[in-house]
Amino acid sequence: MNSREYIESGILELYVFGKLSESEMEEVQQMAADNPAIRTEIAAIEKAVVNLSYSVSPTISSETYDKIRAELLTEDPKVIAMKSKTNWAQYLGWAASFVILLGAAFMYLHMNDTMNEKINLELDKSKSEYDKMQKTIVTLEDKNKASEKVLNIIRDKNNMVVTLAGQAVAPSAVAKVYWNKANNAVYIDAEGLPEAPEGMVYQVWALKLDPLTPISIGLLDKASAATTKMYKVDNTAEAEAFGITLEPEGGSATPTMEQLYTLGKV
Amino acid sequence: MTQEELLPQIYKKDDKAFTLLYDMYAKSLFGVIFNLIRDKEEAEDVLQDTFVKIWKNIDSYNESKGRFFTWILNIARNTAIDKLRSKNFNNNQKNLSADNFVHILDDPSKINNKIDTIGIEEFVKKLKPKCIQLIDLLFFKGYTQQEASDALEIPLGTVKTQNRNCINELRNLLRV
Repeated sequence: MNSREYIESGILELYVFGKLSESEMEEVQQMAADNPAIRTEIAAIEKAVVNLSYSVSPTISSETYDKIRAELLTEDPKVIAMKSKTNWAQYLGWAASFVILLGAAFMYLHMNDTMNEKINLELDKSKSEYDKMQKTIVTLEDKNKASEKVLNIIRDKNNMVVTLAGQAVAPSAVAKVYWNKANNAVYIDAEGLPEAPEGMVYQVWALKLDPLTPISIGLLDKASAATTKMYKVDNTAEAEAFGITLEPEGGSATPTMEQLYTLGKV
Repeated sequence: MTQEELLPQIYKKDDKAFTLLYDMYAKSLFGVIFNLIRDKEEAEDVLQDTFVKIWKNIDSYNESKGRFFTWILNIARNTAIDKLRSKNFNNNQKNLSADNFVHILDDPSKINNKIDTIGIEEFVKKLKPKCIQLIDLLFFKGYTQQEASDALEIPLGTVKTQNRNCINELRNLLRV
């Protein structure tokens, strides 16, 4: 068989397609080795089918390219490790324990710091709470003292109690006068009076009825008995009634009768 | 680049070897793989497996085993066929025998493929239907002469020469 006939038989196509038996393949290779025309023909057939399959191929995603590239060019770690396996393992062991130690130290310090911070925070909190309670105790003691004082005033058997009833301007207002006949001391319980507006103050009057003569016996200054609302006013020897008016701050010389809050006869 | 120029470079299995191998053959192998698998994602997995096999076994290749392209073509086809068998593509089996490589060009879902196939569609469709079937079975799907003869109902003795005529037709269209 000459090379022309051999080429025309179609065996070279099947050679390129990879569909020949081993013996047929050897035969083709033998022919190709001796005949450049056959080699050229094989190359041309190959080019045709490579182009054809290339042309019908869908686009390959770049992810697949990256994956293939990474997989093929990442060297096999087993092969590299062979020579220096023990050394590597050793160093790795030391390195690992060092890292662990470092980590532990870091953790310890970090935990210490965190714990300290927490404890300090708790301490601060406790301290401020303690301070707060101390203050509360003092306040309570103060209040207690004040209350005791008030009780003593009220309980004094020498007391004469005068209830001052609410008047036109404040019908629900009420006040009480504790007048100690033994020492003529006068206390006003202002609990039932509304809060005096800004810039105003309650003024207490001792009244003589015939003729009606009001004498100022004091101002119920907000600050002086804020908690107990029990005010000590000036002594009076002879009063037939007591009245309380709302006056501008500092008090007035004569009561403003339109602002008479409470009034009560002895 | 001829096979004789390429091989010494590829044996180095370095960065350049990979780039050469991939640029020269990845797309052709993918055409063959996709024609069998018909699922882009699966086909890309097979392509990856194929390249891994080529890379691992490249030292065992020598020219006594045939053309380098033939060697990697066989790896690609066998990997794809193994995948088909393992995956039990029963439903696709019918399509497999009916679909050929020209149908890839007609698939409307492969629009990005059109860019590569401007021009080629025309000449591929100029091939006789019989040639398309024959090339599809023998080259793309790796049928034996006997299998192709049975499938296309042509005498076994004419498979080789008919295929020869068809490849000549293709070469005329491609001018190679």
